[in-house]
Amino acid sequence: MKERKIRGGFGRRVSDNALKIYFLVPTFALLLFMIIFPLIWSLYLSFTRYNAVAQAPPQFVGLKNYARLLSDPEVWARFVITGKFVALAVLIEFALGFVLALLLNREFKGKGIITTLYLLPMMFSPVVIGKFFAFILDTNWGILNYILGILFGIPKIAWTTSYKWALYSLVIADVWIWTPFMLLLTLAGLSTVPRYLYEAAEVDRASGWFKFRYITLPHIFPLLILALLFRTMDAFRFFDIVYVLTGGGPGYSTQILPYYLYKLAFQYWYTGESCALAYIFLIIIIALSNIYVNYLNKLRAV
Amino acid sequence: MNYLKKQKYKNYIIIGILIFILCIYLFPVYWMFATATKTKLDAFSLPPKWVYRPIMDNFKNIFIAGAGGAVGRVEIKGEFKWSAFPHQLFNSIIVSFISTGLAVFIGSFSAYVFSRFDIKGKNDLLFIILSSRMLPPIVIVIPLVIMYRTLGLYDTRIGLIIMYTVFNLAFTVWIMRSFIDEIPREYEEAAMVDGYSRFQAFFKFVLPEMRPGMVATAIFSLIMAWNEFTFALLLTGENARTAPPAIAQSLGTAGINWGHIAAGSGLMVIPVVIFTFLLRGNLIRGFTFGAIKG
Repeated sequence: MKERKIRGGFGRRVSDNALKIYFLVPTFALLLFMIIFPLIWSLYLSFTRYNAVAQAPPQFVGLKNYARLLSDPEVWARFVITGKFVALAVLIEFALGFVLALLLNREFKGKGIITTLYLLPMMFSPVVIGKFFAFILDTNWGILNYILGILFGIPKIAWTTSYKWALYSLVIADVWIWTPFMLLLTLAGLSTVPRYLYEAAEVDRASGWFKFRYITLPHIFPLLILALLFRTMDAFRFFDIVYVLTGGGPGYSTQILPYYLYKLAFQYWYTGESCALAYIFLIIIIALSNIYVNYLNKLRAV
Repeated sequence: MNYLKKQKYKNYIIIGILIFILCIYLFPVYWMFATATKTKLDAFSLPPKWVYRPIMDNFKNIFIAGAGGAVGRVEIKGEFKWSAFPHQLFNSIIVSFISTGLAVFIGSFSAYVFSRFDIKGKNDLLFIILSSRMLPPIVIVIPLVIMYRTLGLYDTRIGLIIMYTVFNLAFTVWIMRSFIDEIPREYEEAAMVDGYSRFQAFFKFVLPEMRPGMVATAIFSLIMAWNEFTFALLLTGENARTAPPAIAQSLGTAGINWGHIAAGSGLMVIPVVIFTFLLRGNLIRGFTFGAIKG
């Protein structure tokens, strides 16, 4: 009876091996065409002197682009700016996300809605948020300066336009967007801690610090590493907000690496050199994501 | 008893604190909608007008050429002059929906193979897929701009659709693999005992089980494509420009009209709020590529 219902035709004759091919080929064809091929091309361009808008063909110069970039103090200055930005932003996000997660980690009515509301900013378009933050952070018309003035009597701060504060304005926007990510990961970590551990500690009259240090922290530690790696890789993608909020300025005080790369590639049209810088990024990213994937696989195994 | 009561009060206080912080935290979103519903004069007034009659003019004006709206081509239909914004919004919708649909289907098929079979170099292949997602757009976009110009894909919706498909594909493969891992192998194995080929069994029994995962993945991809900026900025011009770069560049001729920008931003943000609530239970999975189920 059952046999009869299964119709023949194409689907019937597909072997397991054929299925693997049918199901994998579209994915890898797209990756090959859109990622791997362009990357090979840009690897070639990174060894050349080339301007994508000029008519002249690429001129092979060997490792000159790399040598120039790596010996240029201006490039290293951008690395330092980026490092400073990432360290500051991640640290604040971590602290805020962690505290919020500890507060949220209890049962109450409406927990789902409140948690989701806390997570919203992470889902918004960074460029749209960044654009509007330019208004909030505006020296004269911004609501932030107004509130700081009313509440604390702080004089107006030139958030996005002064050397002293421009990088912090990027940090503010980034913290606003990404604190939920830390919150989310910490919350997930906290939910894996078995309740009986706390109860046992309670019986032994363990201190709050002891419970935190020996029960809570070990459970969320892997997730914190994950978050740290993720956000570090993300720093190389941090372009949108710089574009709308400070434009890299004043001077180059907020030229985070991806924004500097954008300038090299699409404002000065140093195509060859920008490809070389892109490859330097790529090597860092691949190293980081290698660690990340190993970590993910370890977590999956648990 | 007393202890429990104390705990209960402590809980109430903490919930109170949480709501208080939430109000401060989401203030920028409130401020966005407040600015969008104020007149140009009120939007700039400090001390701010907390009580005012909300107006919808800004939402209307960004669609009308001359009144506001983004930089770009003006379209004249009879009496009415449309600004470039509706066209850009339409591009955003088309590009994000089509690329999401493609990515979710193609990606889910591959994810099935990765979940069920031991293929040679599986971990390397998965790594390549993931790194394509980790790749900063600005790195890949340099050769792509040249490539797109050569192939005539520059400033076309198709070009942007292909790009977003590829980026969401990597995401889909990883996250769908974790969803499929949770579907018992018995589903297709029982069917195969009954005489179905794996191919048939997949479409008949496994795919329906994958649906909730695919919906969550699709919503995620949709949001990512909807929000995307770097590719949209550098791979499109006037024709295929989507809303995010348009909002980023909408510097009006007579100074910046923050009411208009806030209105445009508000329109970008509202669907994301709805989608985020639909996604609720799957957010952590999305951000960790399926590593943590949450």
